[in-house]
Amino acid sequence: MSSETKYCLPEGLPLPRAQRDGLDKEFWDATRRHELVVQRCKSCNAFQWGPEQICHKCYSADLGWHRVSGRGRLYSWTRTWNPVHPALRDACPYIVVVVELPDADNVRMVGNLVGDPHQQPRFDAEVEAVFEDHTAHTLVQWRIVN
Amino acid sequence: MAEYSIKDKVAIVGIGETQYYKRGQAPVSEFRLACEAIIRAADDAGIDVRDIDGISGYANDRNEASRLATALGLKHLGFAGMVWGGGGGGGSGAVGNAAAAVNAGYTKYCVVFRALAQGQFGRFGQAPRSEYISGPAAYTAPYGLFVPAQWVALRTHRFMHDYKINQEPLAAVAMADYYHAQFNPRAVMYGNPLTREKYNQSRWISEPFHLYDCCMENDGAAALIVTTADRARDAKKKPAWIMAAAQGSGYRHYAQVENQYDFSSANFKTLAPRLFEMAGITPKDVDCAQIYEHFSGAVMISLVEHGFCKPEEVMEFVTFENITAPKGKLPINTSGGNIAECYMHGLELVHEAVRQVRGESTCQVPDCKISLVASGPMVSPVSDLIVHSM
Ligand SMILES: [Zn+2]
Repeated sequence: MSSETKYCLPEGLPLPRAQRDGLDKEFWDATRRHELVVQRCKSCNAFQWGPEQICHKCYSADLGWHRVSGRGRLYSWTRTWNPVHPALRDACPYIVVVVELPDADNVRMVGNLVGDPHQQPRFDAEVEAVFEDHTAHTLVQWRIVN
Repeated sequence: MAEYSIKDKVAIVGIGETQYYKRGQAPVSEFRLACEAIIRAADDAGIDVRDIDGISGYANDRNEASRLATALGLKHLGFAGMVWGGGGGGGSGAVGNAAAAVNAGYTKYCVVFRALAQGQFGRFGQAPRSEYISGPAAYTAPYGLFVPAQWVALRTHRFMHDYKINQEPLAAVAMADYYHAQFNPRAVMYGNPLTREKYNQSRWISEPFHLYDCCMENDGAAALIVTTADRARDAKKKPAWIMAAAQGSGYRHYAQVENQYDFSSANFKTLAPRLFEMAGITPKDVDCAQIYEHFSGAVMISLVEHGFCKPEEVMEFVTFENITAPKGKLPINTSGGNIAECYMHGLELVHEAVRQVRGESTCQVPDCKISLVASGPMVSPVSDLIVHSM
């Protein structure tokens, strides 16, 4: 895992904030430390993403966090050309990826693919998390591992 | 199954719509559009508007049942139902709810409607504006993932990879919709044909979707009337009998941040078998289908999940020749659908199914007896409907 100083997308998109009820505070805190964590049930060890109020397998409300390696598999991608938000007017195209995390029961995370927006990513390519630090939050982006 | 079935106990006896407009061009309010469509549907059914005593909606329609009942002077409102969320996925479900309510005796004439004036409210194709974001959207919006075109693209793209599918079936759906719309004066794209060159040269929205793979954004309203078998037999026009209706969602399909259990599923896998069981038919018996196309690529997945072809057969089955009326193996979206008739959140597809079994379509499938509607792929809930003539 590494960090990135150049942003994938320009400023002006909605700024992520932890939920008021604290449900996902640990995730956002961990990204500031450049750690990737996934919600995991303390009773049955099931993973789930995004964070949920109870475990979908055993219904326990005793949920914790599990730190993962940050390695994943590029499950799908789309290159977006149409600016659907004013902040993206000069930022197209950009690539949105869905990444599966094998060390967290293949839960999927969404991010941008770091690098040339015109690249042709290979399905199932190995990717790694890249932490993109902003003023008050850190985003998790993905880079193809050669 | 039989004792719970609504099969042939209820029918659609009237359909109506306003003029369909490009987004922002409706000259009157969305609420007035809703009223106009309902009045036209009652007229088509040959009933007094005031005899409507049920209202069934979907997609959290802004035009509340009580407000409509008051504006239209309904004598009694015996049923008001709403399919939760799901956008266009609730279209057939709203008909199913109406059918159940009619069959239960809650209502004698239940109207199903959808009204949209995106110019007067927010657009579906643009991100909502906010400075901060929390919850599931906090894991997608900062990455520029905002709108259905993008998440449907992600899911379709994986399906295409898994089954070695290229752009052809997507282009076929867009071309078929535009082709059918050229015969349909109601269609917003009537008189505006699409050539393959124009399709190929159109800009990407979000790969694998070109501009013409995407539904339009429109203003207008559509409504239809569901009633009992006894009343249907006396209707002004030939009833479209409801063979089966189904709605719902598969296992954890609504898991957030692209964690739906079955990533590329159109979400019909648990519905379609129930639908065909209730109808007592197989996919081979369907003469014509109306398959919701917010985006062309989702159509092939819906067709697969309804058993019209296997995923490995998409490239040979979903061709322009096979899916166009009158000669195709399975003509689909014969009015032009969401892509070229009007994006009325798919209720225009139910209207077209009714027109087909009445023999009134502008792209009539010869001797069409059975027409299927699949509403809202990939969202949750989704829904299905089969109508037929007797
Ligand atoms: Zn558990």
